Order: sequence, then structure tokens, then C-alpha cells
Amino acid sequence: MSLVSEGADLARPLRGETAYAEPSMAGVGDFMALMKPRVMSLVVFTALAGLLLAPGHLHPVLGFTALLCIAVGAGAAGALNMWYDADIDAVMSRTSSRPIPAGRVQPSEALAFGVTLAVGSVVMLGLMINLVAAGLLAFTILFYVVVYTMWLKRWTPQNIVIGGAAGAFPPMIGWAAATGGIGMESVLLVLIIFFWTPPHFWALALLRTDEYARAGVPMLPVVSGARETRRQILIYSLVLAPIGASPWLFGFAGLAFGIVAMLGGAAMVALSWQLWRAPSDQAAKRLFTFSILYLFVLFAALLAERGLGGLLGRAFA
Amino acid sequence: MRSAMVKKPESGIVLTEEQKRRRRARSIALAITLGLLVLLIYAVTVVKLGPDVLRRPL
Repeated sequence: MSLVSEGADLARPLRGETAYAEPSMAGVGDFMALMKPRVMSLVVFTALAGLLLAPGHLHPVLGFTALLCIAVGAGAAGALNMWYDADIDAVMSRTSSRPIPAGRVQPSEALAFGVTLAVGSVVMLGLMINLVAAGLLAFTILFYVVVYTMWLKRWTPQNIVIGGAAGAFPPMIGWAAATGGIGMESVLLVLIIFFWTPPHFWALALLRTDEYARAGVPMLPVVSGARETRRQILIYSLVLAPIGASPWLFGFAGLAFGIVAMLGGAAMVALSWQLWRAPSDQAAKRLFTFSILYLFVLFAALLAERGLGGLLGRAFA
Repeated sequence: MRSAMVKKPESGIVLTEEQKRRRRARSIALAITLGLLVLLIYAVTVVKLGPDVLRRPL
């Protein structure tokens, strides 16, 4: 006997015509764009560094799985950020063509996509790798979405300083995936990205001050002016330079890394000094572009040194 | 009898060709993703179990 009476109208719309959702115009590429692939690539690279620099050995399949989960978690955070910030994105030229403000993806689609990926990536990391890494990934996603996106971004000019912690955690998650714990070395890698974030983002903010002001986002140049921003950029670069070399100073990396880190740090300080002394869009753009290269080279040098050290070690063993 | 043969107009929202094309692309992408997920879970299971996966009492 059926529990449903014959002829029951199971698919009745709740409120007539308004119960129909708009047909989705989202393409596969739009969902990829929601995950902020460029940010994701930096997350994957720094997480890979944490994973490979950690002591011990992780099976390549498990290492790949950990990286995939971290990448998807970062993508989820990006999608949820775009869902919440769609109003801001719509009024800024840099972001107005993103899938939600452009009307290709419905906000509800982005929300469902982001939540699904966030839960899925954390659960998979927990079940397949370990709970410490999964906990850190969950914390990172929540920190980025709730603390940075929903709270700090629209409230304080220190938004990217505190919120930058979310972008700094991936190497620690990679490290935790390989070891099941948090080492001093991974803390140093987190500190490098944490102190790198303000000069990097404020250099960009100097170029987009009008847009941030129009969108009502209290970025430092909007609230305190360009001069104070350039001063803060210089201060953070001065702090960043020695922290960038800290893996060598603490004995976790070799001289080759130390030289690269010191040269890179000196260049960051020089470009920040140049921006402070002779402010211009070109100087801000130069610092912004170099900061990306600096972080990439720093982590690449760590990886290269570890890889080369391992190869030489095996050759002379 | 005659009225039953007349095709009723579709009710609700009718998808355009472009919307159908995009829905199909999304469905294919989702199917591929789920397939890869199954393969990944299989591979991780084998790696985590190791050689013991083949050692069991008959």
C-alpha cells in the first residue's frame, strides 16, 4: 500500500509563479571563476611548500589529496567571499565582471556552491589525511569568510592586516597534513605571508583608492590617506625583510635561501622607500608586482634548496 | 478523443537553447567531478590500507 494517496500533487509550487527560480545561465567557467583561481594557485604553491618542507614522508597520492582539499577549501572561501561581497564587486571596475555582479550566477547558486565545497573539502581532508589539517582548513575558511569578509572588510582599515592571516595559513595546513602537527618552521612560513600581505594589498589599494571609497570599503588609503598608507607599507616591509630571512636565521634553511631572502627583502624595502619618497602610480604598481614575485621566489628557493639538498645528500651518501 | 491529441502548451519556464547548452555543460562537469572523486577515494583507500588489502583469510 502506498503511503501517498493516489493523485497527490507532490510538486505543487508554494507560492504560484514566484516559486519558480530563474533558469541558471551559469557556465562551468563561471563556477571556476567563483573559486578565484589566481588566489588558489598561490595557496596551492605555499601549501605545497609546507607539505614538502615538513619532515617525514607522505605518500604522493595522499599529498595530492591534501593539496586538492586545500585548493578546493580555498576555492570555497573565494566563492563565499564573492557571494557576500557581490554588492561591493558590482561598483568596482576590477570586480564588476565577476560572475555574480555580471548576472551569470545567482547569489544562491554561489552560496550553495561555496558551502558544499567548504564542507566537502574539510570532511575529505579529515577523513583521508588527518584531523589537525582538517581543523586548520576549517578555521582558515571560517576566518576568511566570517572574520574578514563579513566583519573586518567593511569595518576597519586594518581589514587586510588581520584578515591576511587567512591567506597565511596554507603552508601550515600543508605541514600539518604531512606531520599531523604544527612545527616552528610552519609558523615562520605563516609569519612571512602575514607580514607580506599589507604592503602587497595596500600597494594595490593605492591604485584603487577611488573605487574603494565609492564602494564604501574602509581601506587604509581611503580612511587615513595615501601618505599614511605609504608609511605603513614601508614599516611592514622593514618588518618583512628579516622575517623573510628567518628560516635561514633560525637554521631551517641554508645560505642560498638566506641570500635570496635578504636580496628580496632589500628590494621590497627599496621599492617601499621609493614609494614613500616619490609617490606615483608607477611606484605602487612596481611594488605590487614585485611583491608577488618576492613571495614566489622565497618559497621556490626554500623548495629548490630542499630538493637540491636531498639530491646531493643522496648522491654523496 | 480529439482534444487528447492536441499538444498542451508547456507551463512554467521554458529554457532557451543557450540555457539548455549551459545546463548540459554543468551536468557533464559534475559527472566528471563525481567520477574523479570516486577514483580518488578508491586510490586513497588502497594507499591507506597498503599491501594488507590483499592479505585476508580465505
